[in-house]
Amino acid sequence: MGDGMIGNNIIRRAALAGAAAVAMVGLAAAPAFAQKTKLTVYTALENDQLDPFKKAFEADNPGIEIAWVRDSTGVVTAKLIAEKDNPRADVIWGLAASSTALFATMGMIEPYAPKGVEALKPMFRSGKTPDTWVGMDAYLSLVCFNTAEGKKGNKPVPASWADLTKPEYKDSIVMPNPASSGTGYLTIAAWLQIMGEEAGWKYMDALHQNIAQYIHSGSAPCVQAAKGERLIGIGLDMRGASEKTKGAPIDLIVPKEGLGWELEATAIVKGTKNLDAAKKLADWAVTKKANELYAKTYAVVALPDVKAAPVNYPVNAEPGMIKNDMEWMAKNRERILAEWTKRYDGKSAPKK
Amino acid sequence: MPSTKVGLSRDDLIMRGGVVLLAALLLVIVGLPLWALLAKGFEDRDGKFVGLANYVSYFSTPALFNSALNSLHVAAVSTVIVVPLAFLYAYALTRTVLPMRWLFQGIALIPIFAPSLLPGLALIYLFGTQGFFKALLGGGSIYGFDGIVIAQVFYCFPHATLILVTALATADARLYEAADALGASKLRVFFTVTLPGAKYGLISAALVVFTLVITDFGIAKVIGGNFNVLATDVYKQVIGQQNFSMGAVVGMVLLAPAALAFVVDRLVQRKQVALLTARAVPLVPKPKPGRDFVFTLICTLVSIGILAILGMAIWGSLIKYWPYNLSLTLDNYDFAKFDANGWDSYWNSVEMAVGAALFGTALMFTGAWLTEKTRGFHVVRGVVQLLAFLPMAVPGLVLGLGYIFFFNAPGNPLGFLYATMGILVVNTVAHFYTVGHLTATTALKQIDPEFESVSASLKVPIWRTFSRVTAPICLPSILDIAIYLFVNAMTTVSSVIFLYSPDTKLASVAAVNIEEAGTTAAAAALCVVIVLTSAAVKIVHLLADRFLLDRLQAWRRR
Repeated sequence: MGDGMIGNNIIRRAALAGAAAVAMVGLAAAPAFAQKTKLTVYTALENDQLDPFKKAFEADNPGIEIAWVRDSTGVVTAKLIAEKDNPRADVIWGLAASSTALFATMGMIEPYAPKGVEALKPMFRSGKTPDTWVGMDAYLSLVCFNTAEGKKGNKPVPASWADLTKPEYKDSIVMPNPASSGTGYLTIAAWLQIMGEEAGWKYMDALHQNIAQYIHSGSAPCVQAAKGERLIGIGLDMRGASEKTKGAPIDLIVPKEGLGWELEATAIVKGTKNLDAAKKLADWAVTKKANELYAKTYAVVALPDVKAAPVNYPVNAEPGMIKNDMEWMAKNRERILAEWTKRYDGKSAPKK
Repeated sequence: MPSTKVGLSRDDLIMRGGVVLLAALLLVIVGLPLWALLAKGFEDRDGKFVGLANYVSYFSTPALFNSALNSLHVAAVSTVIVVPLAFLYAYALTRTVLPMRWLFQGIALIPIFAPSLLPGLALIYLFGTQGFFKALLGGGSIYGFDGIVIAQVFYCFPHATLILVTALATADARLYEAADALGASKLRVFFTVTLPGAKYGLISAALVVFTLVITDFGIAKVIGGNFNVLATDVYKQVIGQQNFSMGAVVGMVLLAPAALAFVVDRLVQRKQVALLTARAVPLVPKPKPGRDFVFTLICTLVSIGILAILGMAIWGSLIKYWPYNLSLTLDNYDFAKFDANGWDSYWNSVEMAVGAALFGTALMFTGAWLTEKTRGFHVVRGVVQLLAFLPMAVPGLVLGLGYIFFFNAPGNPLGFLYATMGILVVNTVAHFYTVGHLTATTALKQIDPEFESVSASLKVPIWRTFSRVTAPICLPSILDIAIYLFVNAMTTVSSVIFLYSPDTKLASVAAVNIEEAGTTAAAAALCVVIVLTSAAVKIVHLLADRFLLDRLQAWRRR
């Protein structure tokens, strides 16, 4: 099995040697290869987005090469904070805005207003001058309903958050655990904002009766619903849409009360040794071309004139987005999570 | 070991120098990185020293006791199931005549060939809401206590078996002959000869399984449902809320079982005597139809259980869309479609695993030998043993973050290792240090110290005894350690997930990422490729073992 690699290496070396020989024989005037700037980009973008994003950027910026470090939002955020005293990343491209906002308060971000940032929808900007982060697209926490299992069990399709507390959905709903998933937190923060705190907690008390599991992931609930593991998943939108495209019998539902959302953002890491290249990426990330790429998977993107209509995505998503107070979310996070954990996590003993 | 007060010989000095070096090395790869994270338990989120405030707030949360009780409960039940099962299996492998022994030996190891994602996925295919055998659960759910225990039993079985095979493999036939001649009953022989001989192995196996279950997070995450355990609490704090201070507190609580394991081990060790004395005669099991049939049956049943889980994963990797489109396809093996790094991450894993096996085996065996054979010098040897025990008790993500804090600190002269393949190798060796160390120690303990005494009186330098006598005798165990490291390096996730760089992404991490993206079948496919790789390496090992046993271990036969 090692042979393939060794073989490749030999071929590559031979090719290099050959190329070198040609270069030496050729005119001495041949321009030396410009050294490409290698830009280390930390991201939580989906795996399948990495290649098209990289190719599109590099096509417009031939002197720069992107090297991705990609993992889930929680892992990348933890890694960036742990590396705070000796940063390894040059740019963050495609990480939750709440994370980048947190980095900004920790002094980890190099503020920069990308060229053309004025054209973005206002909510896609940090509100600081110059901007500490710039939004790319929004993702939402909605309801995924498995129609095949619904038909089997004769369960009605829910239309609102309130519907989910009906007794016929007992033990058939999964949602992300807010203590371990950012999506989980934005989901419950949205309920608290729509309904007000008191009614919000009362709602969650009722919903708790129907929850089969609080999962440690924001994308897993819709995937579980897609695979019929559960009837209903509350979680990330684009995961549900892509599962549907693959053939899953699910409906993506925007509850009529409105839904919580989060932005994906771009930011420059303070202390980067490639500031110029980093700025080029930040500039490129707000271009129309970039937004058109985002629009392939996300229903809501930063530039107002880019029409986003990913396959199998509900059309009423953008109007459903609530007025989300990010500052309130950040300030009250610890208190809300403590309360949530006390109410639902501590007593979630194994069901017999 | 009786030690007489005499002047230190040159051998003694060399050995002590080696022990000091080893202690320093373990401090760098285990102690300091751990401390770099655990120290945060005494700081608030802004890095100000707050004493025990975090501990106070953590211990006043009722959720803690719930999680701690759950952890202990799962670990105890899993240990009680795994250790006797592994003992029967190891007994069958070493003390009875099994048809196709090599096959059973290989099958027992399959679970460690697999990333912990694999049993989770397979159990969902088997017993999940859409699973084939869901009816067997009688309305119960696989998500929760039962699921965790089944997956943990699968996952821990080879660890226990590996230790117990080592413990049972070296037996002195003369003891059995004597017992036989004295007319002792089978039961009596078992309780007075076999069990005491394997006692150290049994206790080690129980400690290893117990701590593995306590610290494992992957299984609890995939199949645990709402069943909270300490390891998922660490995850919630560190990954969910980026609260390193609280993560460090839970991490510290998790060290308790390891500390306990360490104390128990010291107590047992004091009583252990060498089994394989210089005059020992190896035990070669003779055929006995009734007994052999029963043990073959036991091994077959266990093997079917293991193969069912693997088979389910293989089948799962070949289907188009579970559970709605079960037609078969090979598309899921085209990893470039699911992960930008494609097959590159697989080759990175192989490179990392080879590195870990080479570097780790040399370090662990030499280290165990130094700690076992050095005379006196108890304090430093104690430090080494403590550091060797720690990694088992540390959840991977605590170790991984510790590595960032320690190796990436500005001014650390070892900073050049950061974001290279080197740090992945070092981290993996550190993470799996304990079992390798225990295996080597178990093997070494069974060698009579007389070998060293004779060499010393013949004025043979100790390192020559090491390379000419000790290492060749222990060669089967050395190879076992190398394989153990290789396969674990292929599957490890929780620690290296923080440490890979764009050029060194690993297959095991890629599998987790692919699974998170919802492409379960491709994740299963990558797991299967990892299993097959490790299985291939294991087959080569078995062949080598045969050859080596013939050549180097001929002295064991009469």
